[in-house]
Amino acid sequence: MAGAIASGWASFAAMLLAGLVLMFGLPHVFDLFGLLQMTVFVAMAVLALSQGFIWGYGGIMSFGQSAFFGLGGYTYAVAVMNLGDSTGAVALAIALPAAFAALLGYFMFYGRISDAYVGVVTLTVTVILFNVFNSTAGDWYTIGNAPLGGFNGMPSVPPLNIPGHPDEPLDPGQLWYAAMGSLILVYVLLRGVLASRFGRVVVAIRENETRAMLLGYDPRLYKLLTFTLGGGIAGLAGCLFTNWGSFISPTAFSLAQSAQIIIFVLVGGLGTLLGPILGAVAIQYMVTLIGAQQKVDGNLIVGVVLIGFVLLVPQGVVPVVRNVLQRLFVRTPRGGTAPVASEARP
Amino acid sequence: MDLIGLTGFNILVAIATLVLLALGLGVIYGMMRIINLAHGEFLMLGAYATALATNHGVNIWISMLIVSPLVVGIFGLLVERLFIRFLYGRMIDTMLATWGLSLALIGLVTTLFGTTVQGVSAPLGGFAIGRYQGSLYGLFLVACAAAMLGGLYALLRTTRFGLIVRATMQNPNMAAALGVSPPRIYMATFALGSALTGLAGGLLAPVSGTAPNMGVAFVAKSFITVLGGGAAFVTGTGLASTLFGIIDEIATERTTPVFGEVALLLSAVILIRVLPQGITGRFFRRST
Repeated sequence: MAGAIASGWASFAAMLLAGLVLMFGLPHVFDLFGLLQMTVFVAMAVLALSQGFIWGYGGIMSFGQSAFFGLGGYTYAVAVMNLGDSTGAVALAIALPAAFAALLGYFMFYGRISDAYVGVVTLTVTVILFNVFNSTAGDWYTIGNAPLGGFNGMPSVPPLNIPGHPDEPLDPGQLWYAAMGSLILVYVLLRGVLASRFGRVVVAIRENETRAMLLGYDPRLYKLLTFTLGGGIAGLAGCLFTNWGSFISPTAFSLAQSAQIIIFVLVGGLGTLLGPILGAVAIQYMVTLIGAQQKVDGNLIVGVVLIGFVLLVPQGVVPVVRNVLQRLFVRTPRGGTAPVASEARP
Repeated sequence: MDLIGLTGFNILVAIATLVLLALGLGVIYGMMRIINLAHGEFLMLGAYATALATNHGVNIWISMLIVSPLVVGIFGLLVERLFIRFLYGRMIDTMLATWGLSLALIGLVTTLFGTTVQGVSAPLGGFAIGRYQGSLYGLFLVACAAAMLGGLYALLRTTRFGLIVRATMQNPNMAAALGVSPPRIYMATFALGSALTGLAGGLLAPVSGTAPNMGVAFVAKSFITVLGGGAAFVTGTGLASTLFGIIDEIATERTTPVFGEVALLLSAVILIRVLPQGITGRFFRRST
């Protein structure tokens, strides 16, 4: 037991160190264009963490994490255009999606609808938001002095600034530090949550909801809180994404976006935090490569990857690699049980 | 009076459209508990089959009523054999795999045919509702939806095949003990659902147009109708389509088509909250 805790701290320290090295090292390796690319990868990694947390640990199958992502992006854009200072806008971009997730989660979890219905309801809500934001063209749909712009989205959104100094915006190089810093913060937060009593109950509910309920925990409340936290993190990712391109459009709500988030987690590995981050970077990189060529439509490749992983590697890359490493480096007694790959299944 | 007539006609068409969209899905979900997220793309394939066949000189009625269900039915059979059958009992994985299939199909069709294809125009003309004009094709859609609902109900209720299918649905182990092969029934059911979906896609092609991503617009509507309908999926789909069709059409008339759809989806989410088992989970429980 003590060994497990120690190795937990060791892996946490290693991850934190790696994150900090990347944060301060990459600007010396990449030029500005490369760094911008990495910034969007990191924004997607934050988004993947939100899905990885609620799905891999909370057992909640959300097909609409892009709803909170898009809401976060739009909230930031509208708020920063009206407030001038970006600090409050960022807070709103986290709080509003979280509040929306809480409302939706109350509806779903306190309605005790089954897992599959949660998937379909989140999917439906995403389609609703996509349709609504698509039809917001025209002067009528202007919040304060921020026109929503319908299908064309909102261009030239002001970037983040030094808190309290709206006249000192971050340049793209500095945005990288903000994005990577957010990713590290979210990772640390989720590690903390999972190590806490709350996180243990969340995982217990994923493993066996009835048993957790009989032990006196209310699964509805725990699922609601998990879902809300995930919504807030996805909102932060949307805020980073809007900052990256100074642009947000209804495609943030699209089903293709939702599918990508799920693929990030599935490819990287369910029930891990590292997996979604790596999955996001790898898939996003692949999508960028596909976008550069004209022969094959991107959806075809993304779809085939998704089918392939569901059928062949349903537990994702990180757990598989971890098991292989364990088998190589940790001696298991002969005839003893090998590490079980299916541990991370929801 | 004329306006009421027109509204009534539009409501009927909206209901019929929902029935067409949802029935194939209802068969697959209701019988096999498989959530086929590629449903929208099955509709799209049906529409493409009709459009391509018609553009190559096939009679439009033949392409809609025969080519589309045949093509998509066979396609569904292949999909079931190639990967759905490995995923029975793993609901979330099936959702993910079919979602992958959905994206792959959108990508494939875009790669093969580009983002647009020459559509088909609605055959038949119009008829007068007082001072207004209704489309005869809309009437034909209503007739088709009614025939499909009635036909499916009769198939499940009166034939030997229907009896076996319903028995397998209720208790696959018992059915297997009595000499039925559940995998073959599942295969047939999936193909039947796909064929119905293809037929719907073909029928809707003149109304909705044909584009690779047309299915995305339908998939949420279809699901919500099936889930709102509940376990007895033929009756349920009919009832839920009626309810949602009325809401959609009235909201559309008051505001815009976008908010009509939003009203439909919102009311469906609320319905699922109030009746988690769908309409037939509470009422008409003994129907099919």
